[in-house]
Amino acid sequence: MTVSTQARAGSTQAPAGNMKEGRTKRGSGARHQARTGWMFMAPFSLLFIVVFLVPILVSIRSSMFAQVPSGDGLYGGGELVDTFVGFDNFALAIGSATFWEGMGRVMVYALFQIPVMIIAALGLALLLDTLIVRRPGFFRLAFFLPFAIPGVIAAMIWLYLYTPEVSPFMQYLPEGTDFMAPGTILASMANMTTWTYTGYNMLIFLAALQTIPRDLYEAARLDGATGWQIATRIKVPLLRGAALLAVLLSIIGTIQLFNEPVIMESANPWMGKAYTPMMLTYNSMMGAVSPSGTGIASAYSLLMAVVAGVLAIVYTLLQRRKGASA
Amino acid sequence: MTTEAIIESAKPRVRKAAADRPPKSELPSPLARVLGIAVLAVATIYFVAPVLWVMIASTKSNSDLTSTFGFWFAEWNLQANYESLMVWTQGLFWQWVGNSIFYSVTAGVIGTLFAVMAGYAIAKFVFPGKKIAVGVIMGGLLLPVALLTVPLYLEFHALGLVDTPWAIIIPSAVSPFGVFLGIVYAQDAVPTELLEAARIDGAGEIRIFFTIVLRLLAPAMVTIFLFIFVATWNNFLLPLLMVSSPELKPVTLGLFGMMSYFAPAKGAVMLGALLGVIPLIILFFSLQRFWRSGLASGAVKG
Repeated sequence: MTVSTQARAGSTQAPAGNMKEGRTKRGSGARHQARTGWMFMAPFSLLFIVVFLVPILVSIRSSMFAQVPSGDGLYGGGELVDTFVGFDNFALAIGSATFWEGMGRVMVYALFQIPVMIIAALGLALLLDTLIVRRPGFFRLAFFLPFAIPGVIAAMIWLYLYTPEVSPFMQYLPEGTDFMAPGTILASMANMTTWTYTGYNMLIFLAALQTIPRDLYEAARLDGATGWQIATRIKVPLLRGAALLAVLLSIIGTIQLFNEPVIMESANPWMGKAYTPMMLTYNSMMGAVSPSGTGIASAYSLLMAVVAGVLAIVYTLLQRRKGASA
Repeated sequence: MTTEAIIESAKPRVRKAAADRPPKSELPSPLARVLGIAVLAVATIYFVAPVLWVMIASTKSNSDLTSTFGFWFAEWNLQANYESLMVWTQGLFWQWVGNSIFYSVTAGVIGTLFAVMAGYAIAKFVFPGKKIAVGVIMGGLLLPVALLTVPLYLEFHALGLVDTPWAIIIPSAVSPFGVFLGIVYAQDAVPTELLEAARIDGAGEIRIFFTIVLRLLAPAMVTIFLFIFVATWNNFLLPLLMVSSPELKPVTLGLFGMMSYFAPAKGAVMLGALLGVIPLIILFFSLQRFWRSGLASGAVKG
């Protein structure tokens, strides 16, 4: 009921010749706008608070507490009692060699996986955007196909592809090739994510390429530019925004690397329960690594969010500066 | 997209060459063409071969998997693999697939509606706190979501929601990216004059939204629904933490449990993987053009 009366009040907002009258009407229109705006915002905002904001507060609170069993001293043996420990969990997390080792692995992984994937996606998008093939639709579908396969299932598939007895191609590779040795397993996992996400990133680039006006290429042609020059001097620079987005999302995705290492660990127990920071967090929570508990798990979570945020900001600033100087 | 390709291929070649194709000078040189096609062919093999292999492997027995050529069929063992899959999953396999569908559809429908409402509000209304709301939501877009999962578990545990379908549906239904798309679409697709005309006719805001705006935003809604559906189907960490009852597991979690806790026939695992992704692949490819339009608006604005 209130809504319809407000609607009527708002409807009188139509262009008014008289300034004074217009102002008062705009006043009630603003109120109407504010109410209606928030009415439509309310359902999403409510869920957003439940799913994003409360968990952040919960993890900040939880990171200040440690759970001490009151019973016989065994984990889960007695009732767990929250004890305030201040920043102890953070000190523990920041001082944890296991955490930083995991972070180091994820960084090494990101340092080669992200460039390889982005460059491959960019190259394939540019190839499909030139007129080399008549029907790019087929290739778009083929490259995008892996994205339709859930990460866990993709990891299971690749795990079998890496297993010598089952793999359809390992018998053709040189003797002693081992995709799951300590020195190669990171690269093997990088291959899994590259396989899954290259097509997705390629579509981002293709979508951005389609927004570039075609006359730009014609003008370049008239000035005598080759196809290669058009690609490198016109298309690639114009894709900077899309590339920034793709890299940022990849950095954020890599920090949380979980599915692939968990699947790999199920077949290679030597990897341990803390191979990546996200595995460490999950397993701290589950009591599979020491120290365990929700307090330390929350501290790891927050620390990872800080690292991800710092990386995202540093990368954005670097790109901006590059963009400004170019 | 597929229909486009069909229409494209149905056109007479000559006309296409004359009208649709750009002048000869814009075509790549023969060498560039051959190289380009070679690269695309290698990439196609890389992306498609594992999927083909899964299809073939799911028809093989364990011994044939190890002894026969990987990319061709051996003795047909599909039936036995299916039975083995059902035994290993204790008959729960189709329930898991059903759970995945239920979680993804419910989260998709709720999430799409809420995201579009919020996007519409941000695009078309002026209200106090709007800038802050947009900032917070866009911050959520860049927040590593997995990091929220542990505290989310603590919160839902306190609310008594752990090990219920809501523990998966509620977090999956919140999509900052959906709101972002909603804003972009509503700015372009909902003319303010139309809203004003409807108001002059005496329509209430809720009625305007449900009868006019939702229709205008239908393409955006399909895109947002797809994004949420796929993200929910693919999520692993969230159900891993939230759900422990076997009857509540989505198919990804069920298959992981089957593979990691037991050592079932590999052909059966591959069959499960295949059957677990087929609904997703069908949905995906039948609505593919919406993906591209969604990514396009992301790429332009991002």
